[in-house]
Amino acid sequence: MDNQFLLSLIVGICVGGAAGFLGSLMLGRRMALVAGPLGHLTLPGIALALMYGFDVSLGAFPFVIFGIVLIWLFEMRTKLPMEALTAVVFASGVAIAFLLLPIKQAETALVGDITKVSFPEAAVSVILILLLFFVVKKVYSKIVLINISEELAKSEKVDIRKYNLIYLGSIAIIVALGVKMVGGLLTAALVAIPASSARNLSRNLAQYSFGAMIIGIISSSLGILLYKITGFPAGPLIILASTFIFLISMAFKR
Amino acid sequence: MDNELILRVRDLEVRLNHQTIIENLSFEVKRGDVLTILGPNGAGKSVLLKTLLGLLPYRGEIEWAKGIKIGYVPQRLPFIKDIPLNIRDFFSLKGSPESETEAILNSVGFQEDFLRKKIGDLSSGQFQRVLIAWGLVGNPQVLLFDEPTTGVDISAEETIYKFLAKLKEEIDLTILLVTHDLSVVYKISNHVICLNRQPICFGPPREVLTLESLQKLYGGEVKYYRHKH
Repeated sequence: MDNQFLLSLIVGICVGGAAGFLGSLMLGRRMALVAGPLGHLTLPGIALALMYGFDVSLGAFPFVIFGIVLIWLFEMRTKLPMEALTAVVFASGVAIAFLLLPIKQAETALVGDITKVSFPEAAVSVILILLLFFVVKKVYSKIVLINISEELAKSEKVDIRKYNLIYLGSIAIIVALGVKMVGGLLTAALVAIPASSARNLSRNLAQYSFGAMIIGIISSSLGILLYKITGFPAGPLIILASTFIFLISMAFKR
Repeated sequence: MDNELILRVRDLEVRLNHQTIIENLSFEVKRGDVLTILGPNGAGKSVLLKTLLGLLPYRGEIEWAKGIKIGYVPQRLPFIKDIPLNIRDFFSLKGSPESETEAILNSVGFQEDFLRKKIGDLSSGQFQRVLIAWGLVGNPQVLLFDEPTTGVDISAEETIYKFLAKLKEEIDLTILLVTHDLSVVYKISNHVICLNRQPICFGPPREVLTLESLQKLYGGEVKYYRHKH
């Protein structure tokens, strides 16, 4: 097994697992699709990274933060439903990207390319993911309570702003790392599909959250292995592997 | 504050989105009281409960007895079924150790194997009892209820009020209960606030729930109904 393949596999497993785990929180809040527009908004950042030759996640990160602030501001100002706001942000991200993006690099930006990840990039990604995992695990039950009812959480003296900030920060990190793996177009799937499959299969919170993580890991590994065998881009293969597991999970829905 | 008092509210005013929801409200709650907050839909009852919990901004004075523990039972939790939670998970969100969860669930009439039951599989009456049990975690001295029987069928509603009355006998609990249902007042409470943005009456139900106060509360004609027993 060559080193490059091993590196891709390690990063894929980490990002896929963490995205699934975090996705289980986002699904509970009906926010799984928010990762979509955020992923699309990263496209201009990815375009800049590709044009000037720096790390794709580094280019994506400021744009995700920008997107989160934008959605939050729009929601405060307009009180429009989240879907409408995400649609606005979503389309704008793609539009700007296509003005900036050199067409020959479009594929990497749109569907990602984890197969060229360098050792320093992989090391930073793995460290970030491990940190993210421990933080999300620590705040998980508080965010579930907020997802169930903000009032109930407030009555339990949960500091909603603090946890929302941690939550949105975690989404920003996972989207920035996710775009490298599956591209700006498919990031939402990375968080939404494993969590949806896990929900079909689980009867309690532990099965759900860790199930989403395991399904995320299996999907990423399968996708990267399929890339090795077929030569098709890894990003779409990861998502299709995830969809395949989702279809199976429907047959066993509990 | 007097030893017997658990809550004192003076000149409470709540404004939300530039609208006055509650004004000129003053009342007191003594230890062991069951106070019903009665009024039509949109009268500001739930807002009052949330203000007492410290969830909303207000003017005036809300003073709880020092060190008091409050349990809250919300009206509805519409998003809870979006998450695969069993009863054990739900209680662990409040940091309740399994032994305490088991004891509380037993006290509301559920068996131990109930812990593994999925919240989504509960009937509305069972879910309401689970919510009450959740409110009891940590041994609160005061329990705030927002329309405890919303969406519950009539037989389950009876059970819930019987259960509340039993609970009240077993543990030293002060209860504040929001409802728009007049019959509830006579069933369990010893004090009532009639609220329709402004206070209309406050005191023991048999003394203050007159035809006149009810007409003022609900507007127009009211079919007057009074429990004799």
